[in-house]
Order: sequence, then C-alpha cells, then structure tokens
Amino acid sequence: MDRIIPDNECDLRVNIGRLRLRNPVMTASGTFGYAREFSNLVNLHRLGGIVVKGISLEARPGNPPPRVVETACGMLNAIGLENVGVERFITEKVPFLRNLDCPVVVNILGDSVEEYQQIAHRLNEVDGISALEVNISCPNVKKGGVAFGTVPEMAARVTAAVRKATSLPVIIKLSPNVTDIVQMARAVEEAGADCVSLVNTLIGMAIDPQTRRPKLANVIGGLSGPAIKPVALRMVWQVASNVSIPVIGIGGITTASDALEFLLAGATAIQVGTANFYEPRAAEQIIAGLKNYLHEQKELSICDIIGTVQTG
Amino acid sequence: MPEFQEKCRVSAIEQLASDVFRLTVHAPLIAGAAHPGQFVMVRVVDGFDPLLRRPFSIHQQFAGGSLKLLFKVIGQGTHILSGLAAGDTISLLGPLGRGFDLACREPVCLIGGGMGIAPLAFLAKRLALSGRDSSLDFVLLGARDGDEVSSLADDFSQLGYTVVPATDDGSLGHHGFIPELLDDVLPAVSRVYSCGPYPMMRTVVAKCQKADVVCQVSLETHMACGLGACLGCTVQGNSGQYVHVCKQGPVFYSGEVAWTE
Repeated sequence: MDRIIPDNECDLRVNIGRLRLRNPVMTASGTFGYAREFSNLVNLHRLGGIVVKGISLEARPGNPPPRVVETACGMLNAIGLENVGVERFITEKVPFLRNLDCPVVVNILGDSVEEYQQIAHRLNEVDGISALEVNISCPNVKKGGVAFGTVPEMAARVTAAVRKATSLPVIIKLSPNVTDIVQMARAVEEAGADCVSLVNTLIGMAIDPQTRRPKLANVIGGLSGPAIKPVALRMVWQVASNVSIPVIGIGGITTASDALEFLLAGATAIQVGTANFYEPRAAEQIIAGLKNYLHEQKELSICDIIGTVQTG
Repeated sequence: MPEFQEKCRVSAIEQLASDVFRLTVHAPLIAGAAHPGQFVMVRVVDGFDPLLRRPFSIHQQFAGGSLKLLFKVIGQGTHILSGLAAGDTISLLGPLGRGFDLACREPVCLIGGGMGIAPLAFLAKRLALSGRDSSLDFVLLGARDGDEVSSLADDFSQLGYTVVPATDDGSLGHHGFIPELLDDVLPAVSRVYSCGPYPMMRTVVAKCQKADVVCQVSLETHMACGLGACLGCTVQGNSGQYVHVCKQGPVFYSGEVAWTE
C-alpha cells in the first residue's frame, strides 16, 4: 500500500473554463447512474466531478435485451439511452445530487436541435447543476437519422443552440466515429463550446457463431473499456493539440497510469467510464495514484504535467 | 440496503460433478447483510480479460462470515474460477438486489433446476430456522444427472425437507422434468419459490397461476455492474415496460415479468 500523500503536498485542482474541480477525475455518463447507485461503495464527495446518465426531454424506455455483451478487454452496449426524462430527473434525482460536495454535470441528448435547446433551457433554472455535457452521438431524426456528431455543421448548430439556452458551462462530448475528430472539435469550439470531452463509444458488433445471430438485439452497439484506450488517447492528443478550449479525456481509463497518459496528451481532466462497472473504486484509486505520481516526480501541481508529452 | 466491496480469501473449492464447483469464501461484511435470493458480483481476474464481474446468487451463508457460491463451468469466467485454490483472493461486491419474500407461514415448495438450485439452499436454511415445520414443505430439484444433484439434495434433506430429485437421464429420482411433478405438489402448498432455466420456470409459473399459488422466481441475465448503473440487465415487465434484474430483481413475483415463448 502506498503512503497516503497529504493534500497540501500536491495540488490536483484543475479548471474547465469556469468550472473548478478539486481533482481531474470525473465519472463518465452512463457508467455511474445518478451517483446514488454507488453511494454505498464510493466516497462521492472526493470525486473531481460526476457526469450523470444522459437525460432527454421525455423518458425513454431503451432498447430490447440483450443490451450488453462482453468482448476482449471491453464491452459492447446498446442500452438505447434509457432515462427517466428531464422532469423526473429534476424531482427525483437532483435533490440527492445537490447535496454532494462535488460538481455535477448533466449529460443531455435529443432527436432535434430544438430538443437539445429545450432541455438545456429547462436545466438552466435548476439549482445544483454545475455544467452540461452534450451527447451529440444521437441520430438527428429530422435529418434522416445521421448522427449530429458526425457532421461538423450539425454539431455546430447543436452547440450554438445549447450555448444560447444556458448560462452553464457547455461541454460537447465528441463521437470517435468520424474521419477527422479535429474538424469536429474545431466546429464546436467555433460555435461556442467551453470544452470538449472525448471519446464516446466506438461503434462495434459481435456475432454468436452457434446461433448465427448478433449478440446484441440492436445488432450494433458502442464499444468501451480498455480495448479502446489507444484510439481515444490518439484522438485526445490530436484535439488538444489543435483547439484552445480544455479537453476532457475519456476511453478505457482504469488506473492512474491510464489517466496520466491522457493528461500528458493534453487533457485537463479525465472521465472514468466502464471501469466503474468492474472496479467501483477506480476513480478514487486514480485520485490517490495521481497524488503519488506528483510526489514521486516532485511536481507541485497536476497542471504542470498537462500536455507535456514529448513528441519531438 | 448496505452493499460492500470485499477482498475475500478462498477457504475451499469443492468439485461436485465434472463441471460443477462450489466455492467457499470469507466475506464477513457481505455475509452479515445477505438475504436469501440476493447475489454478488465476482471479479474473476485482476486484469482486463475477462473484463466484467460475474453475477452469482448466494448459495449458502454462514454466521461465521463465509459464503458459498455454486457454479457450472460454462465460459472463460467460470473456467478461471474453477481453478481457484484455498488461500487465493477474489473481489466480491454485495449483497445486491431484491431477494425472496419469506413471509409465508403455510407450506411452500422450492423448485430449482440446474445451477438455479444455488439460491434455494440459502432460502431453505433461512426458512427452516424461522421455526416452521419443514417436513410439510417440498423441495423439487432438477438436474442433468445424479452426480450433479445428489450432494446438493443432501443439504436440503439435512434441514428436514422432503426432497424430490428429477434427472434428465433418470440416474436419480424422477426420470424427466421437474414441472411434471408439480401437479401433485401444488394442492399442498401456498407458495412456490423457483430458480432455473427459463423454459422450466415458464411452465412452473403457468401451473402456479392455474392453481392460484403465489410464485416467486429468481431470474438470470447478462449484467455489467449489478448496481443499477449500466441498465444492461433488462427483461420485459408484465405491462410492456422494461424491468432491471439487478435492482428490481433478481427475485420477482411471477406476475411482474412477461413470460414469452
């Protein structure tokens, strides 16, 4: 067991624009419920931030089962954005979240630009929310189902609409299922995003040779977990090198070493996702590991290592 | 409801049949809070393959802080678990989910098929210790063959239950399936507790409904977290809605879920 390093010996504080975090370790949307699910197992007050399960204007039932399947060092999911809808979220979930001593970021999603705008507007009046994270990997129902997050102009329109509807910091969560992630990041930066978080899941598939059927009822799903980490890291590095807004790194992060790779690549903060499922204390362990790293490296602040990867 | 993450020492592993194993671990916090029908999530390896924890219902619980888990080797996870030895450690999360409702003073029938027998042993012990006359209760256990079920059946007999085994190959007890025995038993009981393969439970549920006997079932699905976060462990509820096995279950009243062909 490593020695516990006192807080005054190393500074883990980071700023995501106006959003101040006591440490750069957040939990990713869809992997941490509405936080209460983990309250028996995790000291929620210690986390850098919590991003809650994606919320839409109306409740969504989600996809038929099977919804999850394990793959090598990862998992595929096709949950189908099941959620309680914004009004029940406000009445049933926010009262608990409001009492946490840690910033709460609400992930929002919609089928149209107007829906994103309406939900952002509704949440703007709610006490206890520190920022919005916008999931743009959803299909645009009005434009033939093409995901907002794969067309720069559409991503920019969603960003501008949400920006206009809220005074909260706006984080745009980017899809990795694009040819040029930097182009997407630049588009949302120009449209007023305060920050980008990346990556969402990579679209994948698994088939059972015995039944000759896909393992997911939805046929395809989102791949997450350690399997995607190198891809996510590459994208974070490319984006951080080409935009001036802060970047939050996501993708297969389980250990402090994983988190450090993303910070060195230029991420100001990171989100722990799938690891919450198999190691609920992963985020807490990463926070402790980052302190140890700063101590060993004789660095005073985590900010001093962000973006310092030596590629030359 | 308390939940714990414990690093547990393996105290024993028994091989009950060629591919059936029983693991005993020391998990005092989880054991102290466990209720029959609840489950644990087991991390099989410290590394990333396999990645996810595996759900196992609590097979037996002891006041000294031990738990027993029963499993058949099916895939990579159970294969690794079968290779554990006394002294090894594994990580458990639990106790999770909603267990059986024990509030029944009338005679009951426990129906287990294959590894679905697992949670019924814990249930049987808790019921037997509640001061009821277990000789009026029934335990019907279905298995592939006698090897798979004989030592499990002994555990129920020792608690005073009348145990009726049924095997696919006829090597022990009734030659055939458990539901075939149910018509004789149902008039004598007022509640059924069941866990096993879906087709077996569907038939049990249909017979219980016809005989107007309350039936609780323990369901098994794929799940990633066991905590209500991933929303992966969905089954169809009784009125078209989805229910989640990890939180709303794994034990349901039979009328709460849809039974499809």
